[in-house]
Amino acid sequence: MNIIVLLKQTFDTEAKIQLDSNNNVITDNIQYIINPYDEFALEEAIRIKEKLGDVIITVVSMGPRKVEEALRQALAMGADKSILLNDEVLFGGDEHTAAVALSQTIKQIPYDLIIGGQVAIDDGSGQVAIRVAEILDIPQVNLVTKLDVENNKLAAHRQVEVGTEVIEVFLPAMITAQKGLNEPRYPALKGIMQAKKKELKILGLADLGLTENQVGSNGANLKVISTFLPAPRNAGRILSGEISENVQELVRLLREEAKII
Amino acid sequence: MSKGIWVFIELRNAKITNSSYELLSAGRKFADKLEQDFTAVLFGYNIESLTDAIAQYGVDKIILADDPKLEKYTTDAYATVLTDLIKAKQPETVFYSHSALVKDLAPRVAERLKTGVATDCIGVEISDDGQFKFTRALYAGKLFNQVYSPHARPVMATFRPNALGVEDPSGVRNVQMEKVKVQLNLENLRTLVKEILGKVQNKMDLTEAEIIVSGGRGMKASENFKLLEELAEVLGGAVGASRAAVDSGWRDHSNQVGQTGKTVSPKLYIACGISGAIQHLAGMNSSRFVVAINKDPEANIFKIADYGIVDDLFKVIPLLTEEFKKMQA
Repeated sequence: MNIIVLLKQTFDTEAKIQLDSNNNVITDNIQYIINPYDEFALEEAIRIKEKLGDVIITVVSMGPRKVEEALRQALAMGADKSILLNDEVLFGGDEHTAAVALSQTIKQIPYDLIIGGQVAIDDGSGQVAIRVAEILDIPQVNLVTKLDVENNKLAAHRQVEVGTEVIEVFLPAMITAQKGLNEPRYPALKGIMQAKKKELKILGLADLGLTENQVGSNGANLKVISTFLPAPRNAGRILSGEISENVQELVRLLREEAKII
Repeated sequence: MSKGIWVFIELRNAKITNSSYELLSAGRKFADKLEQDFTAVLFGYNIESLTDAIAQYGVDKIILADDPKLEKYTTDAYATVLTDLIKAKQPETVFYSHSALVKDLAPRVAERLKTGVATDCIGVEISDDGQFKFTRALYAGKLFNQVYSPHARPVMATFRPNALGVEDPSGVRNVQMEKVKVQLNLENLRTLVKEILGKVQNKMDLTEAEIIVSGGRGMKASENFKLLEELAEVLGGAVGASRAAVDSGWRDHSNQVGQTGKTVSPKLYIACGISGAIQHLAGMNSSRFVVAINKDPEANIFKIADYGIVDDLFKVIPLLTEEFKKMQA
């Protein structure tokens, strides 16, 4: 079985976002991580490999050369191969162009199952994996919290507002991982050593057989007009009386000042 | 030139969701401003009786796809029917609420139509030249941007619950009803919903709640969340949790507020025993009012709270619940 994992490198969740004078995000002193939902995706792929044995896991990512760190980490956790789409013309697009580039890469490798995170914690869009599934003409199960693979069939638990749907789907299929699917492992020292020898292929536009018009900002439908920080929230009032006075005062404030109760 | 604003109405337990009423409220205003037709699109089975409530919001047209094959959501059935409808009628704009269903559906439909979709929008405005401009949260609310679709049509966007707000119905207009004949080959549906586990009838989803009572590490144990459940019940709200509480196994991940959980914008967010890590603040920063209850006066949460009580939450919460009960009596 061939499993592809879609992976994005993101800022750490504790990162503080600041803008420079041109309204670009300042990346100095930022710690980078594998997008947490993609880490669940990768962990699930490794667990399937441990269970079934004959599995090759290829991790596919797009971004600057810095993403090699995330791919090495994925290889150290247990992925077999990795591909990084690194080409300036591929960047700065939208979810459609990202999906075009990723699916064009995936078409060059055999796959039965593709797993990605349900959303990336940076742009919060949650579209790319599903668009890849559409381009490849395979079904998807989104927001998966439990996955069982049996022969060429998947049983997936999908988290929805009213409960958990149990969904059956035949391979090839796309799965997007939701928190709760598993608890990702830390790479072991042996894995870290082995990762150095594993394949990390870097591809550009020419390798994908796409033209500049199809990718990056040229191919994007959605354009960014502006980027801005949230209005700062100021500290309000700390109630300083006795406990029962504070509670009464809080209720009064919510009712009379905030007018929300 | 394509015209018309469509809103995709969503059902949950056979009822129209609150977020759908938000779309109906906002959509009518946009349609008036742009002088376009306003259409509600409703998928499901045995749903015709719901059209009266929709009509109250001043829609010009209701497109009804009433078919057993649409009773339960499946990606293929919904994506096929909706894409075909959009291709046939060419609306200029399609709005959705950002739900589990739409997270699955909208990117599929958008890719099939080769258009963009701005997901999880928290705001929208119309520019002087009649373009929709959408505000989105990045890094779960640590940053925002505004995006638009200059050329690709339809313009599509999904809105975070509570972002648009529900208004009183503007009243029935002359409504045109269009029933769609659903032509689907069941063999082409690639996913099968076998069953739904843990089905809840009236549980409010966190993102849709107007009031959230949220607990963190200071709650100390799973059973202590009962205090928050009681307070939430009195207020008609929902219970949330910080990552610390979820990772301790006290609450389900569906309750988590923050960068690896849900981003919420309730009217009132009551943070109990939550220190206020950056990733948590990102997820609730856009709440209208924040109340913090924490015994540590140095806790970060007080820096963004409108009202704070520095005290033992195990004493404060029951008193607060009682006080609200008294108020309602």
